[in-house]
Amino acid sequence: MINKEFFFKGFKSILAPDSPALALGCCFIAIGALLKNLGFNIQESIFSTMLTYALPGSLVMAESLLVGASLLNIFLAVWFVNARLYPMAVSLFPLMMHKSQPRWKYYFSCHFIAVSAWLIMKSKYKDIDKRYRIDFWIGIGCATWTTAVIGTFIGFYASDYLDKNMMMGLAILNPIYFLCMMVGAMKTIQIGASVVLGLLLGPIFYFLSPEWSILLGGLVGGTIAYLIGELNVN
Amino acid sequence: MSTSIVLAILVTSLATFSSRLLGAISSEGIKETSKLFRYFNCLAYSTLAALIARTIIFPVGVLSDASYLSRMTVVLFCLFIFFISKKNFVYPTVLSAILMALLSDYL
Repeated sequence: MINKEFFFKGFKSILAPDSPALALGCCFIAIGALLKNLGFNIQESIFSTMLTYALPGSLVMAESLLVGASLLNIFLAVWFVNARLYPMAVSLFPLMMHKSQPRWKYYFSCHFIAVSAWLIMKSKYKDIDKRYRIDFWIGIGCATWTTAVIGTFIGFYASDYLDKNMMMGLAILNPIYFLCMMVGAMKTIQIGASVVLGLLLGPIFYFLSPEWSILLGGLVGGTIAYLIGELNVN
Repeated sequence: MSTSIVLAILVTSLATFSSRLLGAISSEGIKETSKLFRYFNCLAYSTLAALIARTIIFPVGVLSDASYLSRMTVVLFCLFIFFISKKNFVYPTVLSAILMALLSDYL
């Protein structure tokens, strides 16, 4: 089953001073408040965070419900925004694959792929024996997932006390935290170019196609950055 | 629970989980030292950066009510704090919320 030592090591990693728990929790407080204002009850709000566990996807679902979009439209809109999770999974799971571990752990724990947990794992995987990295990852995932659920719960009940300015403050926390983490991760030419090109191309492609802007920005930026890195090595 | 909201949540979670599961399945044959892995690593970082830029420049939800100038001021100030604090994540993150709440009335 799951190695408890590494599970709790991963779980405790969100208690580190530089962990994303604070930013993540605050953003889900904003989501909890937003969902309540949209007419969700507490069960639906918690259910949404538990099952989706992706901030942009939850925001898109909320906006789509607000304008009365169909289920197919919601599916496509969320899929476009959350398709980033595919390359994130492919660039993370090979670091954790080990013959001695059962596959169900990987399929089960892929639900925890989100920017916060992904960035923690990317920065810490080298310190963990490859055999137990999946247990460590499940620990990180459970911790960030729990933080998101608690944040939604608090946000739902605190929504009456949060004015618009406070909501804006909570909403900007996560992008700023992730931006700083991405800038901090720019230690190689490939990663540096990927981040800079993604930051530039994402908004540029928005003018061509808002739905495809994230995917196109990531695909074009990432491909150019990869080629720059490979040419540099050669 | 109303049916339409529950269905919307289920559809959202299905759209989200499908990308995650496909990624987990297709990463099985990829070695961490391979070129393909490096390529997907670049794609992941670039896509995340594109998402962050879009969240800040073309936000949805409550952030869309804040002016472009106030959002850019917060971003630039927080990046400045990030670099002068020797890449500490906590100071710029906490400051961003305070600054955004304060600036949204004035900018």
